[in-house]
This record gives sequence, C-alpha cells and structure tokens, in this order.
Amino acid sequence: MMNIRNYVRVQSLEEAYELNQGRKNRIIGGMLWLKMGKGSIQTAIDLCDLGLDTIEETEDQFSIGAMVNLRQLELHPGLNVYTQGAMAAAVRDIVGVQFRNLATVGGSIWGRFGFSDVLTQLLAMDSYVELYKGGLVPLEDFAACKHDNDILVRLVVKKTPGQFVYQAMRNQRTDFPVLTCAVSRMEGKYRAVIGARPSRAIVVRDEKHLLDSGITPESAAAFAKFVAGSVPTGSNLRGSAAYRTHLAGVLTQRGILELGGRG
Amino acid sequence: MEIKLTLNGRTVTDHIDPGLLLIDFLRDHGCLSVKRGCETSNCGLCTVLMDGKPILSCSMLAARADGHSIQTLEGLQEEAADFVGFIADQGADQCGFCNPGFVMNTIALLREIPNPTDDEIRAYLAGNLCRCSGYDGQLRGIRSYLNSRKG
Repeated sequence: MMNIRNYVRVQSLEEAYELNQGRKNRIIGGMLWLKMGKGSIQTAIDLCDLGLDTIEETEDQFSIGAMVNLRQLELHPGLNVYTQGAMAAAVRDIVGVQFRNLATVGGSIWGRFGFSDVLTQLLAMDSYVELYKGGLVPLEDFAACKHDNDILVRLVVKKTPGQFVYQAMRNQRTDFPVLTCAVSRMEGKYRAVIGARPSRAIVVRDEKHLLDSGITPESAAAFAKFVAGSVPTGSNLRGSAAYRTHLAGVLTQRGILELGGRG
Repeated sequence: MEIKLTLNGRTVTDHIDPGLLLIDFLRDHGCLSVKRGCETSNCGLCTVLMDGKPILSCSMLAARADGHSIQTLEGLQEEAADFVGFIADQGADQCGFCNPGFVMNTIALLREIPNPTDDEIRAYLAGNLCRCSGYDGQLRGIRSYLNSRKG
C-alpha cells in the first residue's frame, strides 16, 4: 500500500491541474488500482467535490463525468438502450457491485489499462475524452498516448446510430479478462476492438470491406480472420499469445454474427 | 486532518492520518465486523454501506468518507436478523469469516432488488468470496428467506 502524506479535495479543475504538476502528487480516482502500488504520494488529489459524478444525456450525446463509477454505467438506462445492453455487459463481471461502486470511469480510461473492459467498449463507440488543457480528443488517439499531467474531466459519447456487442473471455467470473472484444456497426461501418491482448485495447476497422455485402457466416468468418491476424497478442499467466489470437477470431465472429442477427 | 461523518447513525469526528483507509478507521471505532481479507479489492469481506451503497472499505480513504453516512453490520443488526437465520439453517456459513461481508451486501441487494431472481442474487453477490461453501448454501438461504416472505 502506498503512503499518502497529504489529501486535498480540490474545489476547481485549475487547483487540481496545478497540484497535478507536482511529480509526487496523484489524482486518486477510485483508488482501486492505485492502492495496489507501493511508494509515496506527496498529495492525493481528490476530484470528488467537482460534480463530475453524473451522466448527462442530451439528444445527441452522453457526457460522462470522470468520477462516474462503473455501477452507474451499468445501470444507466439511456446508455444501455443506446448500446443494446453492451455497456452493462462490459462492466458486469468487473469484480463485484461494491468494487464497481468505487471504480471510476476517469480512473479506468486515464489508466489505459490493458485489461480494461471499459476502454474496450468505449472504443467501439463514437467516444472522446475532454481534457482540462487538451480539450476534446478522440478516445482512440488518447488511448494510444503516453500519460501526462493533464486532467481527464469527462468522456463524451456521441449518439451516432449504431449497434454494439460486447464479449470477454474470463477464466473465472470476476477475474481479469483473458481477452476482451467489442464490435460495432455505426452508420454502416464496422469495427472490432480487442483488449487484454494483454496490452491496451486497439481498434481494427473493416478496411478490406469484407462486410460490405452484408453479414453472412462466410463474411463474418473472413472479418474475424482478418482481425485475428491484425491484432498483436502476448502471453501472461492468464493465457498464451496463440490462445489470445484464437480468441480474438472466435469472439469477433460471434459478435459480428450477433450484429447480423439484429438486422 | 479532521473528518466528520455519520457512523451507524451517530456523528463521529476524528483526527486522522491522510492515508488512513476506511476499514482501519471503522475498526478503530469499534466496528470489528469489518474484516480485512484479500488486500486486492476482490473478496468483499470489508463491505460497508456508504450513503446506502455497498463499497469496499479496504479500498477507500477514510478522508473521502468525510461528510457521508457509513453503515456497518453493527448498525444493521435488526435488518440482518430478518434473513441470517435462513442462511444459517442451510449451513451456509462454515468458518463464518466471510459472513459479515455477505450479510452487508445481501442487505444492499434486498434494498435495491426486493425480489431478486437466483441469477440476480448470484450477480449481486459475485464480489463476495467464500472459501468454505461453494455459494449454494448462501443462495438457498436467501431463496428460503424470500419464499418465507411470500407467505
């Protein structure tokens, strides 16, 4: 467990930003991953007083504050209607209800953790992060960036018409995933997102137009093969690279066929 | 630093170390039902309610509880008494170490979903680990309690 010397509930984003420039200061988010670390934090910066714990839904987007917890994502009616339940499916096996009541969207996305179910699903959507200094950045670009000292304020998910399917392979429910897979079709364009490779999630688009003529068992299999061949995988104690590559194909094929069944 | 919170219905003010975890604060204030288990935020032994929602007290700073309401099993004996006998009747708790966490999360479950299906019970309690029982006893006990309510 890390050692925390000071704790500050900031009253503005500017205060948070200034404190966050200190090399030994850290924004604590839900603190679930942070508490697993060792070492010393000079000042723990808590954003919990900034009103960033709500999901605001308008006609064309969702605005999800950085301090929204994963349980809120799971239960939000609008998000789950829009994603046909994929949002809830993406988080429901993350440990337990108590954990999801603490873990924050901001912490999950800022961390860009390889194992993140949340990052995988959000990358399948038309998602952006709003940074205090950096402004609105496509999530796909943000996910590929290195960490800096900006502040993640909220996520913005545009309601681009689409269908979504989320799946993950776990050795045991509530464990870290062996592989995560979200597929989507937005305005006729398909993408597959593969996470827990075990590196952070990446997006694969149907750049070979394998699904342009519609979803059939053959076209789904061809796209799945393309995805499996495109995604670098690695080995760790949960699974080998070869197993993950195999899973990437299987889960993509299942996901695409499920999208096809929805018409 | 100083914090002020409501613990089991009474106001508590204390000076704490900024890095103090809520579990240690609660145990220091006599709430010994709150247990430390896995240290990896996985086992649910340390479950308490913050503003009515179940959380892991091992994974939250006590400082963040400032201004909030915390309930532990010590403050919810009456509500727990409604159903714990049914769980005991099924032989569900063997060593009993996981029991306070299970009971706290079952209270949260029954408040949120008063008449849950078996799948809803399994899903809600997935974050409470038990190394003795295999979970069927707890499920049977809760089901038995729910059936008894239907008269």
